[in-house]
Amino acid sequence: MLEVNGLTKNYGKLVAVDGVSFRADSGATIGLLGPNGAGKTTTVSIIAGLLSPDSGEVLIEGRQVKSDTDPVKLKIGLVPQDMALYDQLSARDNLTFFAALYSLSGAKATQAIDGALQLVELSDRAADKVATFSGGMKRRLNLAAALLHDPQILLLDEPTVGVDPQSRNAIFDNLEALKKRGKTLVYTTHYMEEAERLCDRIVIIDHGKVIADDTLQGLHKLLPVANVLAIELDRVSGFDPRPMLSLPEVKSAGLVAGTLRVGVHDLVGAAPGVLRWLSDNGHSYHHVSSEQPDLETVFLTLTGRSLRDA
Amino acid sequence: MVPFLALVRKDLKLFFSDRRSVVVGILVPIVLASFFGYLFGGQRGDAETSKVSVLMIDQDGSDISHDLMAQLAGDRMLNVKPSTLDAAREAVRKGKATAAIVVPKDFGRNAGRALFTDANKPDLSLLYDPSHSMELGLVKGILSGAVMQSVSKEMFNGSSGREMLDESLARVENSPELSPEDRKALRDVLSGARELNERRAGTGQGALSGGLTIPFQTRDEAITSGGNVAYNGYAHSFGGMGIQFILFMGLDVGITLLMLRRTGLWQRLRAAPLSRTTLLGSRTVSASLTAGFILAVLFTFARLVFGVRILGSFPGFVLVCAAFSLMTAAFGLMIAALGETVEATRGYSVMATLVLVMLGGSWVPTFVFPKWLQKLTVVVPTRWAMDGLDAMTWRGLGFSAALAPIAVLLLFTLLFGAIAVMRFRWRTDG
Repeated sequence: MLEVNGLTKNYGKLVAVDGVSFRADSGATIGLLGPNGAGKTTTVSIIAGLLSPDSGEVLIEGRQVKSDTDPVKLKIGLVPQDMALYDQLSARDNLTFFAALYSLSGAKATQAIDGALQLVELSDRAADKVATFSGGMKRRLNLAAALLHDPQILLLDEPTVGVDPQSRNAIFDNLEALKKRGKTLVYTTHYMEEAERLCDRIVIIDHGKVIADDTLQGLHKLLPVANVLAIELDRVSGFDPRPMLSLPEVKSAGLVAGTLRVGVHDLVGAAPGVLRWLSDNGHSYHHVSSEQPDLETVFLTLTGRSLRDA
Repeated sequence: MVPFLALVRKDLKLFFSDRRSVVVGILVPIVLASFFGYLFGGQRGDAETSKVSVLMIDQDGSDISHDLMAQLAGDRMLNVKPSTLDAAREAVRKGKATAAIVVPKDFGRNAGRALFTDANKPDLSLLYDPSHSMELGLVKGILSGAVMQSVSKEMFNGSSGREMLDESLARVENSPELSPEDRKALRDVLSGARELNERRAGTGQGALSGGLTIPFQTRDEAITSGGNVAYNGYAHSFGGMGIQFILFMGLDVGITLLMLRRTGLWQRLRAAPLSRTTLLGSRTVSASLTAGFILAVLFTFARLVFGVRILGSFPGFVLVCAAFSLMTAAFGLMIAALGETVEATRGYSVMATLVLVMLGGSWVPTFVFPKWLQKLTVVVPTRWAMDGLDAMTWRGLGFSAALAPIAVLLLFTLLFGAIAVMRFRWRTDG
């Protein structure tokens, strides 16, 4: 369905995308996971035809987009990271306009607009100006605008940025409904929970390069750890977790959202040594728990940095 | 065609959705055009013309200086008040008076003598405000006529006139430079004047009471579209202000497009299967329609309130408006194409717009410019728009007079449009 082969994009000396390749089969949901500035948005922009790569190619059903009006573009729907709506117009007027961009008019357009509004549960607000919508509602309408021409591939560039948990769940529900309809989703995010919940396959990008591309289970297999010790330190500032890697039981160590996360194979065997090391080095703590490793741990293991802190 | 029309419709919808902006965008040019129209002859002669303020310092105190004061005070173009030299100098310096006329001691006597002979002409000092140098010519002209009339009247009527005639006769008789023939001729003239003066004085009649006056009067006729059609200054000012504000609207189109390129909306538009012609063309059409709408509202208002009429060719007027609207839209796109950042572009494009407006004659007619500048304005599109609108409104010229402005404006449209298409950065990475 979608093939991305060896994409490269430079901005002067900055390499934004460095040989990125992946494929998304029909009906699959691919997560592009990486910290801010990793090259996710640039990759999506190249796929959508907004940017031209310095090298590499994007194939949609085996064909490249050759011009601005290439019909292949009809197979793609883009949900930009920035809100792409006219605040002064009503939700329906916005969708009518975006439908017309794909030459939809009359009954076909009405049907598409009603369907999209229904999917994102905004039918009752169709006549209201977008300016009166909450951030979450705007995000849902932003999604609806990309669905009007019934694209087979949906490019979603951080579609939940800046929304509350309730709206985020609503968007996830929408996306899961689209998955059930057999749409191919390419989803960029730096939230590992989103990737874990939605994606069949996860492509981890850092500094413009693909550093892992596998299913969630496959990525877990990459981990040298079976468990994670989550330790809440009394004082985080100035704490450097890297020396902990000298402990034989410790496979990874890093601070994630103020919590020290230490990857180990044998939880029971390793925990006393880790806690002793903290005490010996003057670091007190007030809570210790164990977790199964997640994507955060994968990223930490692969890059030595946290997704959020990268 | 569906996407093209949708893009145009969307732009118009967005323009009209901001009602406050629409009202302000139309109200401001109306207010300014009304004001400028009033200043530049819009009052059609039925309102009081602002008079030139003149102070008069009479150091002579003669009959001639008194009569001069009375004559100047009676002129409808001047507002004359007596003053002292120091006070007048101060008033002119502060800009409270445009000019001050100093009538020196013995002016009347010396002027009378100088009327018929080559006796030394007395000085008449004129103090003036250099920022009003154009009015100085007016004051000098009126003053010349008034002095001539006052002096000659006194010569033929007054007692001092008889004395001056006697003195002049004596000087003629004693002048060694005159030939016998010239002496005789002058003696006849002066004797005749004295005889007339004495005879009229004896009968109590005021002979030649008006004195010598300028032997003609002008009959002014404004050449407009027809004999019964008066010049309406509002026609020019509404055209000028319309052009100015529509240019600013064009500038806004460019800035908005620059800002759009930073947003998700631009990404969505570029992701759709739309050609560049559709994207830029629709923008041109919507901006042109908006410009046409603003011009239509302005001239409708001018017609209803100030009686501005399209006295020339109506199709010519419509086509000049349409060509100017297209040129403005292309100008906006060129700004968007050449602009690097919104902030920098706004700065230099506002300056460029103001220069175009100024050189185009939207504020003041181009005939007040120096000759070299008038020639230079031929390369300014707004000059052609202004000329075209003037020709089709108050000048009342036919369709043929609109052809050159329309052609030039369309050429500028093509030029600006070509630059816009060539330089427009389609990719979001620039």
